[in-house]
Amino acid sequence: MVLKAFFPTCCASADSGLLVGRWVPEQTSAVVLAVVHFPFIPIQVKELLARVQQASQVGVAVLGTWCHRRQDAEESLGHFLEGLGAIFSHEPWLQLCRERGSKFWSCKATRRQAPTCPGAPGEDQVMLVFYDQRKVLLSQLHPPVALPDHQAGDAVAGAGGLAAVFDTVARSEELFRSDRFDEGPVRLSHWQSEGVEASILAELAKRASGPICLLLGGLLSLVSAASACRVFQLWPLSFIWSKLSTCEQLRHRLEQLTFVFSTQKAENPTQLMRKANVLVSVFLDVALGLALLSWLHGKDRIGHLAEALVPVADHVAEELQHLLQWLMGAPAGLKMNRALDQVLGRFFLYHLHLWISYIHLMSPFIERILWHVGLSACLGLTVALSILSDIIALLTFHIYCFYVYGARLYCLKICGLSSLWRLFRGKKWNVLRQRVDSCSYDLDQLFIGTLLFTILLFLLPTTALYYLVFTLLRLLVVAVQGLIHVLVDLVNSLPLYSLGLRLCRPYRLAAGVKFRVLEHEADRPLRLLMQINPLPFSHVTRTYRLPSRGRHPTHSWGSLCRKLFFGELIYPWRQKGDKRD
Amino acid sequence: MEDEQSFSDICGGRLALQRRYYSPSCREFCISCPRLSLRSLTAVTCTVWLAAYGLFTLCENSIILSAAIFITLLGLLGYLHFVKIDQETLLIIDSLGIQMTSSYASGKESTTFIEMGKVKDVIINEGIYMQKVIYYLCILLKDPVEPHGISQVVPVFQSAKPRLDCLIEVYRSCQEVLAHQKATSASP
Repeated sequence: MVLKAFFPTCCASADSGLLVGRWVPEQTSAVVLAVVHFPFIPIQVKELLARVQQASQVGVAVLGTWCHRRQDAEESLGHFLEGLGAIFSHEPWLQLCRERGSKFWSCKATRRQAPTCPGAPGEDQVMLVFYDQRKVLLSQLHPPVALPDHQAGDAVAGAGGLAAVFDTVARSEELFRSDRFDEGPVRLSHWQSEGVEASILAELAKRASGPICLLLGGLLSLVSAASACRVFQLWPLSFIWSKLSTCEQLRHRLEQLTFVFSTQKAENPTQLMRKANVLVSVFLDVALGLALLSWLHGKDRIGHLAEALVPVADHVAEELQHLLQWLMGAPAGLKMNRALDQVLGRFFLYHLHLWISYIHLMSPFIERILWHVGLSACLGLTVALSILSDIIALLTFHIYCFYVYGARLYCLKICGLSSLWRLFRGKKWNVLRQRVDSCSYDLDQLFIGTLLFTILLFLLPTTALYYLVFTLLRLLVVAVQGLIHVLVDLVNSLPLYSLGLRLCRPYRLAAGVKFRVLEHEADRPLRLLMQINPLPFSHVTRTYRLPSRGRHPTHSWGSLCRKLFFGELIYPWRQKGDKRD
Repeated sequence: MEDEQSFSDICGGRLALQRRYYSPSCREFCISCPRLSLRSLTAVTCTVWLAAYGLFTLCENSIILSAAIFITLLGLLGYLHFVKIDQETLLIIDSLGIQMTSSYASGKESTTFIEMGKVKDVIINEGIYMQKVIYYLCILLKDPVEPHGISQVVPVFQSAKPRLDCLIEVYRSCQEVLAHQKATSASP
């Protein structure tokens, strides 16, 4: 079988020495992690490997020799290298050799034991696969292949061949800790041998994160304890809190911040990404909120807004009045039942009149309220948008009331009609059996039933028209609120940190690998370059999407149409598990 | 060893198949699709601009003309970057896996690599495509749960759609490599 040797590109120009790495027998592949240079003492090399093996749980061993012929006629080195095979025994023994100034390498893999199958050669064919050690170390495969835990050595199953390579390199950080400026007994060559990579900012952030997390965690727990106190559980307040979307948003943000600033370390890279995403999302939110705040408070825009608010509400109420007058006349040429029309129309007009008076009563305080509410935009753009959605809901409360009245009337009418229609045909709804049964009625029951049925039937168009008009208005308001909620959800759930990472450091999020065949000569081993195939942006969004507030409409279009037809009230923001009347 | 041959696709367009034999265990097949023709590009641009000019004479708003130019440019860039595939490559490496690369006209490359452990077989299958019945080459993936089952069928050369003669060439070479791999893996 062809033996695959994974060789790091940083060691391709290193001096001659020993190859150190891990042998994966299931895929007959040798993952070379570093090169040990001369001079070395074999005992010290073995000690280093044992130490690394214990620290990283990776079966690191000496795999073979590496010969980089810088000068011509270095035959003595060749014999010396062959002699090393006796000291460090490994099965199979790899011998890689590179000529000076040549791109092509020569590779040999010898097995000392006699092959069990006759006819198989004692020497294996070798295929070289170059990999960038730093990128493979830092990258994460998606979907994460769960390699089973192993106690010691390499008892890892061969599930996911290339995942084993990534896993080996990622776990061997202990081996890469020393660089060439260290005065250790053994001189290694790997990706960090020119100098260990570190960043001052990262170290400072790590030191500072402990106390900051403690402080902020304490503050947040105080806030959540205050919000959970008994006063807020009483009936009027708890009802209001549950209806306002601002409170939902604040609670969601509080949960997220508690998660980020908890003193527990992230268990796996996914949790770390989640924390980073939440942090970046909160920063962006607050930044946009502050920008909005500065825009609002500059040039006294709040004052203009407050001044414009009452006339707008008045205008809306006036339009509604015109609409009701139109319905009370002959709307679209339809002939309504005059009496019912007048009753309904006057009822709604009176309601509207009450509403206008209420708005006029509130008008002196509007500017003050708006100013204070505008300050809350510093908590984030999402909070500001939620407040906007709540203000819209409060200002269109009369439309909601009209919708409820119209819907209830219509629903009653439909129920009555369906029941009396059954009577008309001589049938009855059997509650015990939950089905329609035939029933013999008395003459006076039939008479009154048919009369009522006729009355309800001929009054249906009027009620239906009022219901239609107010439902359309209500749906319009719900659509506007829905748009705002979609925007808030977008800001809440977009994984900005992961998207930025995919843009700037694409090798960190890997969907797989890709190979490129390098220049090839006959009779020379095949050379391939293994590169990281980054995850597409759509997959990044899907994998790292933050959980939104859970306010998805639970109805499908079919059930929505059914509810509208039968006059049942629709609550677009109600979740399945909520207990409401 | 390199080799180039000319075939045709299911619509009659010309395709060029390039074969590279690096070693008995590693082969590469590259199918180049016909380039974007100047005729179709000119036709589409003229239609869009004539329509825009017609709207302009109706509405007397010059924004329509600039919007038409903008739309044409963006549409062309989007088409070259996301739709038009110039070359499709299949690289089969014994004991590593099979890699499929599509290169778009704007230079973007999208690669998929399937490990050899997941590959069950490479076959030519018949399928219904619009109003035709066509042959296509596909890779069968093993089902991790059931040893003899197939979990997925991955079609190859989806945008080039070569005809059966080209597919037979590729199929024969792939089967040689797979047989070589099975033979060497059978012996420990």
